[in-house]
Amino acid sequence: MKDGPTAPIVENVFGISWLSFDLSIVMMVVITSIVVLLIGIWGSRKLQMKPSGVQNFMEWVVEFVKGLVTDTMDWKTGRAFLPLGLTLIMFILVSNVLGMVTTVIIGDKQWWTAPTADAGVTLTLAAMVVVLSHYYGIKLRGFKAYGKGFFAPIWIMFPFKIIEEFTNTLTLGLRLFGNIFAGGILTTLILGMSFNAMGDFSVFGFIGSIIPMLAWQGFSLFVAGIQAFIFTLLTMLYLSHKVVDETVDGH
Amino acid sequence: MHLYSDFLLIGADVGGLHIGNMIVMIIFFLLLLAILKKVAWGPLMDVMEERENFVANEIETAEKNRKQAEVAAADAQAQLDKTREEAQQMISEAKDAGEKQQADIIEAARQEASRIKVTATEDIQNEKEKALQELQAQVASLSVLVASKVIEKEISLEDQEALINDYIKEVGEGK
Repeated sequence: MKDGPTAPIVENVFGISWLSFDLSIVMMVVITSIVVLLIGIWGSRKLQMKPSGVQNFMEWVVEFVKGLVTDTMDWKTGRAFLPLGLTLIMFILVSNVLGMVTTVIIGDKQWWTAPTADAGVTLTLAAMVVVLSHYYGIKLRGFKAYGKGFFAPIWIMFPFKIIEEFTNTLTLGLRLFGNIFAGGILTTLILGMSFNAMGDFSVFGFIGSIIPMLAWQGFSLFVAGIQAFIFTLLTMLYLSHKVVDETVDGH
Repeated sequence: MHLYSDFLLIGADVGGLHIGNMIVMIIFFLLLLAILKKVAWGPLMDVMEERENFVANEIETAEKNRKQAEVAAADAQAQLDKTREEAQQMISEAKDAGEKQQADIIEAARQEASRIKVTATEDIQNEKEKALQELQAQVASLSVLVASKVIEKEISLEDQEALINDYIKEVGEGK
């Protein structure tokens, strides 16, 4: 049995030994960004006091993310994080759905996939969120209060707090990656039902795969939404842990 | 041709961690965040906030207007009550004045009537007296004539007058 399609990887770019690209992921990241950008521009042109059409939808999204922010911190602090949350949820949702829509394989290279089905992408997002949480923690509360957070409630917690930062990054990134990647694999497996062991198209297999495919695509859409939601919610939660003064709040 | 069955066991190509991907990802995401914040999320949030303020203002204005209307209505009611009271007072005053005037007129008429009556009585009295005097004068000469005719004899003027006066006295008493 041959290997499956591989990623179009280029190594040693510009003669730098550690610099490698997965071109399909780069392309998908660009496509996703463009799609999200177009949705954003489309949704926010001709803004009116009395909203209509797509503005209603965009405002619903804003209200939804605003709800996530206000769930975890007060609105005065959280207001600054609303654009981040909105961009995250849109980017992740669009990524997940793009991966569901189709797949494109040219030669033995798989070009079209969900960018979030790549661990590098999700871990980058997660790391960015965690780094941002530290940045805002220092910026909004001062270095002293930020540092104290690592020794609360007692000093012995310090190693765990340090480990927590890494586990947060890993779980945040890998949860999203795992869900979307697994979804992609199962889609591919169901697709494979249409082919017999010789690699020929089989009508019975195709008919048999319709129902599981429909069910799984529906579930994938659900997972796509849920994962985007969870990622954004946890982002806000990590941010609030760093930003909100817990000693004052009495949590 | 490449078939799906070829990658049924797709070797779970996790893709590895390509530094390039990460750099592209972070650059594109931050770029996207910056652009969307400027063109989409910012304006959207502004509009929503503006609407919130607008609604709050409208409610406030409506509340204020309602209060003003209430005050105005109370004022109007008070004005109306006052006017009504004044009208009532005016009517009762007019009525009183009318009654007083009526009484005055009646009183004046009564006085006039009694005055006329008194004058009339006096007039009658005067006339009567005048007539009596006239009668007295006539009666004197007549009685003289009659008497002279009756007794056919002449009497002195003094006796005659004494006789007449006696007679008149009698007449006056007998009256």
